[in-house]
Amino acid sequence: MKLTKLLTSAAVALGLAAGAAWAQDKTKVGFVYVGPVGDGGWTYEHDQGRKAVEAEFGDKVETVYVENVAEGPDAERVMTQMALEGADLIFTTSFGYMDPTINVAKKFPNVKFEHATGYKRAENVSTYSARFYEGRAVQGTIAGHMTESNIIGYIGSYPIPEVIRGINSAYIHAKKVNPDVQFKIVWAFTWFDPAKEADAAKVLIEQGADVILQHTDSTAPQAAAQAAGNVYTFGQASDMAEYGPKPRISSIIDNWAPYYIARTKAVMDGTWESVDTWDGIGAGMVGIGEITDAVPAEVKAEAEALIEKIASGDYHPFTGPLKKQDGSDWLAEGEVADDGTLAGMNFYVEGLEGDIPQ
Amino acid sequence: MDLSAINPVLLIASLMVAATPLLLAAIGELVVEKSGVLNLGVEGMMIVGAIAGFATAVESGSPLLGFFAAAFAGAALSVLFAILTQFAQANQVASGLSLTLFGLGLSALMGQSYVGVKPPRMGDIHIPVLSDLPVVGPILFGHDIILYFGIALTAAVWWVLKYSRMGLVLRAVGENHEAAHALGYKVIRIRILAILFGGACAGLGGAYISLIRVPQWTEGMTAGIGWIALALVVFASWKPWRALLGAYLFGGVTVVQLNLQAAGVAIPVEYLAMSPYLITIIVLVILSADKSSAPASLGRNFHASR
Repeated sequence: MKLTKLLTSAAVALGLAAGAAWAQDKTKVGFVYVGPVGDGGWTYEHDQGRKAVEAEFGDKVETVYVENVAEGPDAERVMTQMALEGADLIFTTSFGYMDPTINVAKKFPNVKFEHATGYKRAENVSTYSARFYEGRAVQGTIAGHMTESNIIGYIGSYPIPEVIRGINSAYIHAKKVNPDVQFKIVWAFTWFDPAKEADAAKVLIEQGADVILQHTDSTAPQAAAQAAGNVYTFGQASDMAEYGPKPRISSIIDNWAPYYIARTKAVMDGTWESVDTWDGIGAGMVGIGEITDAVPAEVKAEAEALIEKIASGDYHPFTGPLKKQDGSDWLAEGEVADDGTLAGMNFYVEGLEGDIPQ
Repeated sequence: MDLSAINPVLLIASLMVAATPLLLAAIGELVVEKSGVLNLGVEGMMIVGAIAGFATAVESGSPLLGFFAAAFAGAALSVLFAILTQFAQANQVASGLSLTLFGLGLSALMGQSYVGVKPPRMGDIHIPVLSDLPVVGPILFGHDIILYFGIALTAAVWWVLKYSRMGLVLRAVGENHEAAHALGYKVIRIRILAILFGGACAGLGGAYISLIRVPQWTEGMTAGIGWIALALVVFASWKPWRALLGAYLFGGVTVVQLNLQAAGVAIPVEYLAMSPYLITIIVLVILSADKSSAPASLGRNFHASR
């Protein structure tokens, strides 16, 4: 699989090189994707953003993308190729592209880079991410109400702050509405591998979980839940509405389009600057997919009220009193977590079991 | 850590599902190697079977039809290998490797429009009374038909190789193709039939992944099962029942390690992830201590003029 990925990306890179002659007045925007555009999740939504950029600017913009780019050296080559072909702006859309993005950006000071979900910036490298943990708070609330076995399964991808934040946020809010709730976490060590995700979902279901949250990108866990029957799931990154109204009872939807359009516009106008953007439900970067009728009306109302409070800024999902897993104090009563701690979160909150793989 | 959360009955039932693709591919390759041909293209034939089966099932709405298409596609791809090695006398290792690379690329191309599509579901068979028995029911009587087919195939291959005239001829061709030729057996024809059988089995195994185990299509979704099947045949000393044992062991440890993780056992995830490979190899190496040797003509090309 590694080899084919390598070959395809090499082939695509060559193909791009062949077509290197563009009109100079066009702004060229490149996208590097970790999965296939048809994954129905993370990459699919980034590609929707790309299409929105094309629709917005029409002839004035040209977009290119390379899908299935492995995190690591492969990514560096793809980005270099894009930059060499005259891309003005390159979006690198996975956490693991962080160092490759910084490395390539050093070599091309005139090309602007935008790295999703990372924390390393430079003169010509911005970072952007969405506050998915706000969506996780809503999911946790619904999951806490919906579970009858009091066991919620969670498929983690990689043990990075982004994922750990999601687990903590979901757990805090599930616990709030259901004190007996327990989380079972399986690390898949992949963003996209349907076979592995399906196996992980099946194992969690066999161990009694009747709600499955996933931080991996494919719909395989949804299919596993559907086959199992009485299990609820949430769409990840994309709506995954084809699995509604059950097992999929709601979803977190990434909406990158407004950001991509704004940044492309900035490059066109020459006003682009390196920034760090972290928007949530309020700014519309995180959307909550329709809560289906499988959820009781009062739970739905409670979830919607929570969405409202988070959107208006009245409520922060990480509000004290909160303790860390080892029992030490983290946030005092009423205290709100600062973005720095959240961005580097590497600990579980009190009540979660197990260790974070190092 | 809570080991009581692991339900042994469900565990065994799901390890059988996890093992079936491996078993199908390994049994097919076992027959091929018994006839003296080494086909390293198992992974390629599996993945082509996976997408051919998936596409057919989606278009026709019938998973069973998908499995037929998968077997056909696997066999069709193996024809390429048969022509190269049996008629053009090409090197078997090189031809097999190229078959794998070709299959991976071809399947990615064929699968372009099937990413993210939901296939029709293959129902589990349900036998009244038997399937409802506690413990035995879910393990023995609650699966899909292909899983039983895999076990039946193992038994059939074992019987044919050991007791039938056909099996004797096949083994003779694999042990000493010149002698078999001198006795009047059509070495090339027998080998081609074995290669086709191996291709069909690999195709079925691939389709089992894309239609039942996951069920979904993604590029490269066989993720090395074909290579494990190849290794399994060697470690199983070319014996069908040992291949079954090895496949179940591998499937079992794969499922157990996820279960242990979910149960919160404090073993680093990395060790758990490598355990299926390690344990399967260790057990089969111990088993193969009886020095059963490979078919004597394995990997050697045959031409009647020599």
